[in-house]
Amino acid sequence: MSVTADLSRPDHRHVVPGARRRAPGNRGGYRQRERIFQWLFLVPAVLYMALFFGYPVAKNIVMSFQDYTTATFFTGEAPWVGLQNYVSVLTSSLFSRSLVNTALFTIGSIAGQFVIGLALAVFFRRRFPLNGILRSLMLLPWLLPLIVSSAVWRWILDKDSGALNRFLGDLHLVSTGVPWLTSTSLALIAVVGVNIWIGIPFNLTILYGGLQEIPDELYEAGSLDGATHWKAFRHITWPMLRPVVNVVLVLGVVYTLKVLDIILGLTNGGPANATQTIATQSYSLSFHEFKFGEGAALGNVLVLISLVFAVFYLRASRRAVDE
Amino acid sequence: MSLSTLRVPGRTAGASVAPERRRWWSTVLALLFLAIMLFPVYWMINASLQPNGTTLQTSWLPLSPDFSGYATAVSQQGRNLVTSLLVSLGSVVVCMAIAAPAAYALAYFKVRGAGVVLFAILISQMIPGIVVANALYTAYNDLGLLNSIPGLILADSSHGIPFAILIIRAFMNGMPSSVIEAARVDGAGHLRTFFSIVLPLSRNSLITAALFTFLFSWSDFLFALTLTTTDQVRPVTLGIFQYIGAYVNDWSSVMATAVLASIPAIILLVLAQKYIAAGTTGGAVK
Repeated sequence: MSVTADLSRPDHRHVVPGARRRAPGNRGGYRQRERIFQWLFLVPAVLYMALFFGYPVAKNIVMSFQDYTTATFFTGEAPWVGLQNYVSVLTSSLFSRSLVNTALFTIGSIAGQFVIGLALAVFFRRRFPLNGILRSLMLLPWLLPLIVSSAVWRWILDKDSGALNRFLGDLHLVSTGVPWLTSTSLALIAVVGVNIWIGIPFNLTILYGGLQEIPDELYEAGSLDGATHWKAFRHITWPMLRPVVNVVLVLGVVYTLKVLDIILGLTNGGPANATQTIATQSYSLSFHEFKFGEGAALGNVLVLISLVFAVFYLRASRRAVDE
Repeated sequence: MSLSTLRVPGRTAGASVAPERRRWWSTVLALLFLAIMLFPVYWMINASLQPNGTTLQTSWLPLSPDFSGYATAVSQQGRNLVTSLLVSLGSVVVCMAIAAPAAYALAYFKVRGAGVVLFAILISQMIPGIVVANALYTAYNDLGLLNSIPGLILADSSHGIPFAILIIRAFMNGMPSSVIEAARVDGAGHLRTFFSIVLPLSRNSLITAALFTFLFSWSDFLFALTLTTTDQVRPVTLGIFQYIGAYVNDWSSVMATAVLASIPAIILLVLAQKYIAAGTTGGAVK
């Protein structure tokens, strides 16, 4: 989620002065025992990370070069096929579709979440009664299970009796039900809209936290120079907020790239692959077509894309600390 | 008596009335934003209270609440809710048992390779779940862990462990080292220091981490979808997915199930607000 831990900040590394009272001759053995003991605290986490993150990544790389299907489970054999999985996945017409959809989904979601989240964060900087409680209630959409949100929005966006179409109908904006989730031209827009709704609280909270760090004196000094409202935002808020903005945007991209729940719940990738992304296509290759090798190959493509942004993230969070 | 009644009427009082009114206008505006943001939640509750089988018109207000949707939800999804609860509680235990000692080691000891571990934890959050699921499915198949609660607990913990380590470590970084050093000088062993000094002192961050871990596992959909194949072990998220996977003609029970599945999030937001706020701002736990 939103942990913006940094690698560059020097840790509080305390040398525990327990050895002081020991005899000097004993010191070497004691230090070694001490070190082993310290490692024991870390061992379960390292083991877990190796088994549930390291192993899957490695296994996926291996599988992506194999013809790994349901038959493999019975025969135990997965013949090596070289780059064939990558070739067939990357050259399929569906891939370019998924790639474009992934890009549109990610850019649309992030842009919407960020702009609305930032606007709300700036708004909530005002001092007014009930500010705290109203702001924290805004978090609710983000805390709900994604599949719950998908189910609710399925019902709201329903063509015939959904709340949105009824609302638009009552306002005489539309005469017939809009097929939000069942039209190939609208489904992706609807899915992006729902994802924006889910992401607003996260953006609001992190950006609000960033805004709180900006000292009031800057605005007071700025207002003396005539920098108020938009000018103050451009010349004070935005430059000061940049490090936090970088972290929010990169984290947002990384989380959005791998979204599965929302799309599967709302449209299942349909209609006619209109909302198929790399993540959902990888899922369907493995778990519907049982071509685990191809699913792995596509999953690795997604990992590569995420890694590019991970580099940005590490640089952004390092800069956020330096500044 | 409050100060304002003692104030001399005139300029000061007049000046304070206008901003006061403006402030309340901001509150009204904020309420409006909140209403828009929470409309889907309202709509979920409203639809869950409609009589069974009404597909055509849901009234805007649940004027005559009907609980038959909940009856269907409990009878069809009750077992799945229990499964979700067991899996989530189990994964909280696993996460805390693994994350708390690791966070302590990363915050306090000069362990060689700590930087690498921390880096791995950060990077692990970027690995798409589908990649993990793809490999775990084949491994679980070999190990006989498909369709099992322990299997789901272990897999779901991957949502929480990196987060829990980072958030507890961030808190422990800010803890006064003198307390721990004093305990060590007094001859307390590592385990005793950890259990009777470090853990009680980090109580708030532990609660925050545990609550979020619970929510992550409760909300898990990916592993429920990929690591279960029968209805023996079926978390409620998957139950909802299967409801909406087919043509839905009974939205009130779907929405009733959705409401039941939202209860942990709602309870946490209302009762444990301070921990939730701490978790969302990440490392800034104070």
